[in-house]
Parts: sequence; structure tokens; C-alpha cells
Amino acid sequence: MTRPSPFHPRTAPLCESHAWKTWAGFLAVCHYGACGEAEYHAFRHAAGVLDVSPLCKYAVTGPDAARFLSYVWARDVSRLKPGRVTYAALCDADGFLIDDGTIARLDDDHWRCTTASPSLHWFARHARRFDVTVTDTSEQTAALAVQGPRSRDLLNDVTDGAVEGLRFFRVTGASIGGVTVEISRTGYTGDLGYEVWMPADNALDVWDALVGAGRRHALQPAGLDALDMTRVEAGFILQDVDYYSSLRAQVRSRMSTPWEVGLGWTVQLDRDPFIGQDALVASEKSPTWQFVGLDIDWEELEALYERVGLPPHLPAQAWRTPVPVYSGSEQVGQATSGTWSPLLKKNFALASVRTAHAAMGTRLRIEQTVEFRRHKVTATVVERPFFDPERKRS
Amino acid sequence: MTTTYDAIVIGGGHNGLTCAAYLAKAGRKVCVLERRHVLGGAAVSEEVFPGFTFSVCSYVVSLLRPEIIRELDLPRHGLDLIPLESTFTPLPDGRALYRGPDPGQARRAIAQFSAKDADAYPEFGAAMSQIGRLVKPVLAMTPPDPSKLGLGAIMDLLRLGRRFGDLDTDARTLQARMMTMSAADFLDRWFESPVLKAAMSVSGIIGTFQGVRSPGTAYVLLHHYMGDIDGAYRSWGFSRGGTGGVSNAIANAARSFGAEIRTEAPVDQILIEGESATGVVLANGDEVRAKTVVSGLDPHLTFLKLVGRDKLPDPFVKDIERFKMRGSSGKVNLALDGLPDFVAMPGEGPHLRGDITIAPSIDYLERAYDEAKYGAWSRRPFMDVVIPSLTDPTVAPPGKHVMSIFVQYAPYKLKEGPEDWPHQREAFGDAVIDTLAEYCPNLKDIILHRQVLSPWDLEQEFGLTEGNIFHGELSLEQLFFQRPTAQWARYKTPIKDLWMCASGTHPGGGIMGAPGKNAARAMLKRW
Repeated sequence: MTRPSPFHPRTAPLCESHAWKTWAGFLAVCHYGACGEAEYHAFRHAAGVLDVSPLCKYAVTGPDAARFLSYVWARDVSRLKPGRVTYAALCDADGFLIDDGTIARLDDDHWRCTTASPSLHWFARHARRFDVTVTDTSEQTAALAVQGPRSRDLLNDVTDGAVEGLRFFRVTGASIGGVTVEISRTGYTGDLGYEVWMPADNALDVWDALVGAGRRHALQPAGLDALDMTRVEAGFILQDVDYYSSLRAQVRSRMSTPWEVGLGWTVQLDRDPFIGQDALVASEKSPTWQFVGLDIDWEELEALYERVGLPPHLPAQAWRTPVPVYSGSEQVGQATSGTWSPLLKKNFALASVRTAHAAMGTRLRIEQTVEFRRHKVTATVVERPFFDPERKRS
Repeated sequence: MTTTYDAIVIGGGHNGLTCAAYLAKAGRKVCVLERRHVLGGAAVSEEVFPGFTFSVCSYVVSLLRPEIIRELDLPRHGLDLIPLESTFTPLPDGRALYRGPDPGQARRAIAQFSAKDADAYPEFGAAMSQIGRLVKPVLAMTPPDPSKLGLGAIMDLLRLGRRFGDLDTDARTLQARMMTMSAADFLDRWFESPVLKAAMSVSGIIGTFQGVRSPGTAYVLLHHYMGDIDGAYRSWGFSRGGTGGVSNAIANAARSFGAEIRTEAPVDQILIEGESATGVVLANGDEVRAKTVVSGLDPHLTFLKLVGRDKLPDPFVKDIERFKMRGSSGKVNLALDGLPDFVAMPGEGPHLRGDITIAPSIDYLERAYDEAKYGAWSRRPFMDVVIPSLTDPTVAPPGKHVMSIFVQYAPYKLKEGPEDWPHQREAFGDAVIDTLAEYCPNLKDIILHRQVLSPWDLEQEFGLTEGNIFHGELSLEQLFFQRPTAQWARYKTPIKDLWMCASGTHPGGGIMGAPGKNAARAMLKRW
């Protein structure tokens, strides 16, 4: 049964739209107001607070924690110092992607990792050979993403400056509203931002303190629609949209290697054995697919609308219905998500295309439907992320 | 050392900068000369009080051409627009008309006043959107010269004619009405509720020395409706950091193409040798030479001050003198310690994040104009209020806010004479605050600082002749191929190598950039 999140008593009265969806078995807000645009702008211009409690969260403890995590994830975390966070790919023995997530070293032998889908079984299956305990803390740990250019000032306000020196992909302990929390400088918006982790029992105290102080910083509660627009601008992949977990994919063609979804940079091959190592060494050389950013030509799209006498229509939110991508008349891939960027005034898509067509600047064609008819519009391979402000890391 | 530029742009307003950016992009050596210490002209952000940044003059953005945003890659250069998603019209009797982004909500809000209007409202929106789409290519056109039509001009007109020809009869009638009627009469054909009509009619008088019942104001309504953000017509937005953010982004784009931009470089005179403009003389006596000079100032300043009547043909001087400036608006900028609490919709909420209009009835607006006709500012004026700090916290310290109040009418020509404005300025400011405080009684308690700008101040500080925010009224006889004069509406001037690129040319005022771009295109054709 779908459950309310620990913040539900606060988010429900604010959710005027009553637009909810389910996320990992929890009720999650799509947009609080009539549409998500104001919430998107809060992320980009002020600050937005998003309930990310449904994320799957695992505590990993014990003397072998570092070795274990380096074995299950395709990244060597043994040298990650306490207080640091990293991003990694979870692969199966054939080197296909299962999930992606963050790994935080909270203390010497205490780690937390997150995944998009429940992964306890996978961790447990491989934990037997290690002196390690893996606990699913998803229900006990509530989390809020506080993202946007004002997020640092806001969190400093409520923590007496705890995040002032907190660098990108670091985590620190702090206290908000009398509750002990962890704050990591991570997020899914590609902006300056943080995620606050806390015991679910005290979630409302943290919410009240944060949202109370947020009035001074134009903080707005934001829903998943706004998040989706920002994550496309940031060029981040999403499970079950841009790739499928190999554990659930029924056909080979639905499986991806990390090289094929733009996660190659997270994979560390040359080290102690880890799951999928041999397969990943082999697949690195010749990935069939590449994950690319596409800039869809606006003039061409506008001209198609003009031809039928309509102003160009833009979807008010990010889309995630796959659309074919062509080179000439040959289909060479598919765009799996996209959004109009109100900030950059461009129409972007994230796409998987065959390696031969993935070079920067390649002009491809993307299917666009205008007034019930399908057309092809130029889409150019461009750098991803589409939006990468300096403040994200500074 | 003498550098010769291909072009000097006089004035670093947003149009001058746009023109410079396009010229520089085409490889020309360009220099922009701005009199003030900041760029932007009337699209300027200034930290008027410590910690509080104001869009001192123009305060919202809608008309900025999307193709200019793309061609100059303005987002990369810092352009950042945040939409205004609602209009809140509080009424003196404690009711309110609040039109938010949800059509169903807006419908119910209007239905309080008229169920019929509530249904007609989206139809009106669709019709305006159609006209907006139609007008769009006109904005990007160099107006034809009706006195000498070349083949190119005929082709342009034919293309335009075909667009209009494609319209059905209803739409054509609508277009004709918009070009001729008053805003009030035009809206009468759609709506019955005086509350809704008043709230909507004000777009027809902004920047204009006309009342909502004056013929021709329906066009001004259209002028304010034809802007589009992200393909959605008649949507308005803030620029992050104030409207100066738009100008700065354009300036950054211009610099990236190699344009040189100088501030605190006031131009005193346009140098004319023989028949041609050859450069400018700065206030400090320095001469700057160029193959062409393009003025981003209004037609009065350009011709009557910087060129001089003696260097121009008499009929042209007469035309420019007759070109109506007639500033009609003022601005009050407030630094606030908190948020205003409206009787009609108490507390905080999304209604404060959008546009707040004080325009309770058509009669109220017409009475405000009556006073102005006889040389007095309106004691109970029309006001367009925004609080940008609610969506863009960079413009005020945490917990504080900035409020921008656009006020009409404040006629340049007071019956005591325009130079009496410095004596009446604060009384005018008081009247604005008093009127607004009737709707939000806590206003006076939260004001930390206030800046009052009369049309006189707009003229003195920002170089807007008679304080006209559009460089000349948007009345029918001053539009398209008659802006600023019938023979010289194609960015050229009677002086060889002297061009115009600002709001006094087609398609007129507002933060649009179209005059700047169109002028650059016309100039480049000649090179």
C-alpha cells in the first residue's frame, strides 16, 4: 500500500493541486501549486525544499564496510575519507547497470548508500563474505533536498553556519530544530544544494525549523515535476526512464553498461576484484551506445507550428516518453527524456544514440509531433550538463 | 591616438547594446558610449539603498524577442527571466479579483463578478494569442516606405498581406478594432464586469498620455499583449537582479563579439562633416570618429540636441518637434521591512508574487486621467505593483523586500511647468503611498526607504525626453512606417551615416530589443 512520507502532515496541506504520485511506495508531490513552474524557478533562483524520503537508503557498518562497498559498487571507495560522498554505478556480474547512487562515509566504519530501487537483496547476497552489516534504513531515515542558490544561506541560518565551509560532495553533522541531522552537499538539480538526512521520528521538527527560516530566503516547497526539469538540465540519468536495471530487464537490448549511459567516469577498473570487473574491462572498448545531450532546433519546430497556424506549444513539464532519433532516415537511437529549459530558452533532450553518431556537434533528427502529425526536426549533439552553474561547486 | 570605429552607438540602453552586439557579431568595430556610470538606460538595476536593488525604471520583461535571446545566446551571458504568474486586483470594498496560473481558478475568480465573463475570458486569450502570432513577424520588419516602394518592400507587404489574408473575417475585424478603438470600448465587446474590464484595460494606458476611454488605446493593449515567454503570449516576467540584468547580458554578449563599451562617456554633439556623420564629441571635448553613428537616444535628443536644427531640413525638424513624447507616468520604489498585508487577501501567498494592480474601475482610471489632462498628477492613481524579492531574493537582504510601484498619471507638463516637479515630487509620492495603504494598511509601517521618480526625474537622470518611457507615444500616427516620421522610419536619418536604433523607431518601446536588432540589420545591408 502506498504510504505517506514522514513529512506528509506538513506537505499535504500545502499541496493545493492534490497532484501526487507514488515513488518507491510512498506518496510524493508532483507540484504544490497549479503548475510546477514557480517551484522550478525556486530551485534556480532562490531555494526549493523537496521531500526525498522515498530514496532507498542503506546503512553499511563493520570493519569490512569499505572493502565490501568497493566490491559491490564499480568504484573504489576504500580511500574515501570520513565526511566525503561519492557517486557510483552498481553493476551485475556481466557488467550491466543495476542502479546508480551515492555512497557517503559518515564515519570510519559507518557508511550510507542510496539507490533508486530497493537493493537490499543484492547487497545481502554479496555481503556474506565480509564482516559487514547492511541495514535498510529507508523507513527510519527521512530526507529533504534543499536546493538552489539560496540553500547555503538558509542552511547556515538554521545550523549556525554548519555548511559554510562544506564543499561539494562532503557531508557533515549538524543540528536543525534541535534534531541531529547529517547534511551532504549533494542533489539532483545540478545547482548549489544539499540533502538533509534525519531520523523519521523527528522529521517534522526539522521541516518546521527549515521552512520557518526559509521565509527569509524565498524558500518554496517543490515537487517532483520541478525536480525533473532541473535534472534534465543537469543531464542526470533516471532509472526506468533513461536506463533499466539489468535485474529487471527482460531482454538484453534493455540492459546498459555504465559506458553507455554516461557513467563511465565513475567506474574504476584497475583494482582489487569487484562485481562485473572482467565484463566492464571488455565492454569499455566498444560501447554500442552513447548517452548524449540534444539541443532541438527551435526555429524548425516553430516553423512547423507556424505552418498549421499555431503558436509553438511547449509542454509545461519535463517529458519521458521515448522518441526516435534519426540520422537521415535511419533510426540511430532514442531520446528518453527532455524538457524545455525556461532558464536557457532551449529545448533539450537526453538520448541514447549509436556510438558512430555521438560526436559533439553531430546533427541528428528527432521526431516531433505537431498537430497530430509526426515530423523530424534537427537536434544537435551538445555538451551535457546543459546547465552547470559555477555555484554548484564553489 | 585616434581609433576609427565602424560604428559608434550613442547610449548604452538595451536597444543601443543590442544594435552594438549585432554589429559586432557581424565583425564590425563598435564602440558604445554611455553617459551614466551604469549600463541599461531605462532597463537598469541600481542598489539605490544599501542591500536593496531596484529595477529603477522599467520593471518587468515580456517583449524581449526570443530570437534575440537565442542569436545573442543571452542566457549564457547572464539573462535569467522569472515568470510572473498571477494578477491580483484588490478592490476598495475588500473583494479581490485574483487571476492565478490555473485556468479553473481564474475562471472562478472572474465568475464572482460575472459568470459570462468567466467563460469569455479564455476565448479572449485565444484571440489575443492569434493576433500576437500575427503581429510577431511585423516586429522584426524594417517598415516599408510607402512613398517609394521598391520590389523588396512590395514583397514584404505581400507576405504580410497574405498572413492577414489567411485570417478569418472575425480575426480581421478584431485586428481592425484593436488598431482603432479605445481599450475600454474594445473590452466592452467581450466583457461586462467593470472590475475585470478595469483590470484588463490598464495595459492600454501604460506609458501613454491617454485615458482608457481614448481611441487608440486598444493598440497599446495589444502592444503589451504581444510579448511571449517560451511561446506563451502575454506572459510577463522579472529579470533576475532587476531589468539591468537584461542590459548586462546584452552588453556581455556585445563584448564577447568584440564591442567596446564605455560608461561615463556623455556625448555632447554628433559630428557632421559635409552631409555625413563622422563621429561624436564627448562632454570633455574628446572626439571619437567612426564611419557611422547610431543613436540609441530618443528622436528629440538625437536630432534637436545632438545634431542641431540648423543641420537638418526644416520639414524634418517640424516632424520631430511634433513627435509626441508627453511622459505620463512616475515610479515609486520602496525598500520594505516585511510584506504588505492586503485587506482583500490577508497574509502571504502567491498573490504577492505576481502583478498587483490598483485599478478598481474604468471610472476610477478615467478620473485619474482627467486630473492629468489639466496638468495635475492623479490624487488616486492607477498603480502596477510588483515585489520581485519574493521570487528573486538577490535584490533585498534576507527577510526584507523591494516593491516597485509604476504610477499613472504623472504628467510631465504640470500646470506649474515641468520644472515644478522637484517641489511636487514628495507630495506625489505621499499620494501614491496613501492610496496603496487603503488596500494594505500596514504599508506605512514597513517602509524603510522610498525613492520617487517623476517624469521630470526620468528626463534629467535617464535622458527620456519629457519622461516618456517609450521614446515617444505608441499612438497610431506614431507607429510602424510613421515612427518617428513618415519618411524616416527605416532607421536611417536625413544625415548620411547617422542611424537610429531605439524605441523611437519601429516597433517601439518596452524591453524588446527589436529596434536595436532591426537597425543593425538595416545598417549591415548598407555596408
